[in-house]
Amino acid sequence: MTHRKTAALLSIIPGVGQFYNKQFIKGFAFIFLAACYFIAFLDFLNIGLWGIVTLGTEVPRDHSIFLLVNGVISLLVVGIGLGFYFFNFYDAYQNGKKRDNGVRLSSLKEQYHNVIDKGFPYLMVGPGFLLLIFVVIFPIIFMLLLAFTNYNLYNSPPAKLVDWVGFKNFIEIFSLDIWRETFISVFAWTIIWTFTATTLQVAIGIFLAVVLNQKEIKFKGVIRTLLILPWAVPAFVSILIFSGLFNDTFGAINKDLLAPLGIDSIPWLTDPFYTKIALIFIQSWLGFPFIMAMTTGVLQSIPGELYEAATVDGASNWDKFRKITLPMILFTTAPILITQYTFNFNNFNVIYLFNNGGPAVAEQNAGGTDILISWIYNLTMTSAQYSKAAAVTVLLSLIIVSLALWQFRKTKSFKDEGMI
Amino acid sequence: MSIKTAKRIRLTLSYLVLLSAVAIVIYPIIWVIGSSFNPGNTLSSSTIIPENATLAHYKKLFTETDYLIWYWNTLKICFITMVLSVIFIGLTAYAFSRYKFVGRKNGLMLFLILQMIPQFVAILAIYILAFQVGLLDTHLALILVYVGGLIPMNTYLAKNYYDTIPKELDESARIDGAGHFRIFWQIILPLSKPILAVIALFSFISPFADFILASILISSDEKMTLAVGLFNMIKNEFGNSFTVFAAGSVLIAIPIGLLFLSLQRYFISGLTAGGTKG
Repeated sequence: MTHRKTAALLSIIPGVGQFYNKQFIKGFAFIFLAACYFIAFLDFLNIGLWGIVTLGTEVPRDHSIFLLVNGVISLLVVGIGLGFYFFNFYDAYQNGKKRDNGVRLSSLKEQYHNVIDKGFPYLMVGPGFLLLIFVVIFPIIFMLLLAFTNYNLYNSPPAKLVDWVGFKNFIEIFSLDIWRETFISVFAWTIIWTFTATTLQVAIGIFLAVVLNQKEIKFKGVIRTLLILPWAVPAFVSILIFSGLFNDTFGAINKDLLAPLGIDSIPWLTDPFYTKIALIFIQSWLGFPFIMAMTTGVLQSIPGELYEAATVDGASNWDKFRKITLPMILFTTAPILITQYTFNFNNFNVIYLFNNGGPAVAEQNAGGTDILISWIYNLTMTSAQYSKAAAVTVLLSLIIVSLALWQFRKTKSFKDEGMI
Repeated sequence: MSIKTAKRIRLTLSYLVLLSAVAIVIYPIIWVIGSSFNPGNTLSSSTIIPENATLAHYKKLFTETDYLIWYWNTLKICFITMVLSVIFIGLTAYAFSRYKFVGRKNGLMLFLILQMIPQFVAILAIYILAFQVGLLDTHLALILVYVGGLIPMNTYLAKNYYDTIPKELDESARIDGAGHFRIFWQIILPLSKPILAVIALFSFISPFADFILASILISSDEKMTLAVGLFNMIKNEFGNSFTVFAAGSVLIAIPIGLLFLSLQRYFISGLTAGGTKG
């Protein structure tokens, strides 16, 4: 039998393969680490893995949700352990291979330098990655699992146990009338909202930038600064101010602007249709300055000769805009314009802070202007439909990730990395 | 129609468009400033130009609400988040840009996917986790969550920038005997100041603008941030403290607005450089 196979085989017990390769210190280190791992985590893993499978068997001793949390952490710990175990095999095999080929093994000092060299990137990535595991990856895995349980207001610890229910939540969202209708109407409005609000803010931004950038216009700097204000003021402040301005009875829009024109009060906050109009207006107000500022940068970089040549050829201003300006803008800013759409798809703040996703609508369990993300928030925080909220979250994430991956396939930086 | 008249019409229309845009942009801002000086308490008494202007609401804001504490909390959280983010992101991105290591590709892919899923979809899990480790209703929890959430996207931003710094610089330093950390500290870091400034800006502003995470993790009044505090002020007693809210808004909008206007070009350069998220 070759050294590499023997060493790898012996590594079933971590460290023994290294002993076989006569790397005693490394062998001791591996055995020591493995022992520490088992001593420290065995009980925790035992309970954790039992918990994630059963979600508890006895009330009130077992708290299903905490068991699930510990279960997910156990899975992460097991993952780290398996990674180490795999490395132990790999190391024994590689060194065995060197012996088979008659290559001298590295001395301890060389190994030490090797570890420092190879380990440096891990050292740098480590702290950030650890934080990422706990505050981003862990919560996502937890929500994913929660979507397959029956955790809700009536079925929640410590009084009751939570159980695995398979795809029941997903099936119910599409089969129970109230859920299906709510999901479809919320989803439809999310799409309409994303499309209208974003397109409008982009169009206004580009239009104003082009108008402002004509060379005869005076006071450019002042006007530009004034127009950028909505971007400069924190959005949550502006949205809350707008919820006052649009107030049905006392708001300045009805009272000071529309009343003098003889227009009756418009139910901005109580009629879903008008709330939607108001929201789209507010988002355009909030969103156009960024597009305008960015477009201005592009406009200033378009060489003047292009326009002169076009003038010589007898092109009108409209022709110049359509054939030179617009393609230039769209070409250079396309990736950012796309991210504006994904931003609005998840634009919780404007929907929630303006009118809590309301007004309420009969026969569905979401407000009239709720988008998916604010619906999830309300399902969790107000109606305690935790597992349903998790299921909607999973659907939402699937939509976003597949759309975004599709978009990123096209971008250059990823082709360079050779990743997709 | 002569060319001159056409031009005059075009310019008149242009000024009209710009003027109305400015009016629409300015109106809510003027209105809220006016309201904050208005003698009454309610929304209905708010007018753009107040008669008998008063500073009473500002006084009330400082004496009867926790506004100053919220302001301090927010600035503190934003500042710590900024410092930690820049450190973590600077280091992580450097490793991804300069080293070939096992897991690098998968790590980048993971970051790409994570930056698309908004962090707050998992609010419930974050809440339970904070509860279990005893960090509920602490600023530490909020800061950790913010920093973690900022890592994926901004790491890309920094990595793309590091990639443009020639590798020959590192190599010649290595030949001269500089260690890994020294190369990072003395060569890469000074050259990457612009992108780190942009990341610092982003990581200061995004906790400032956050409502959802702060509203879930923080429950006691004296620990709230501005977004949550003002929201509660306006929703709990809409009719009777609108003018105080207006005063509070003005005191946020003016300093932050000025800060933003002076740094605005960095935002644009950062966002166009990243091209991954709005």
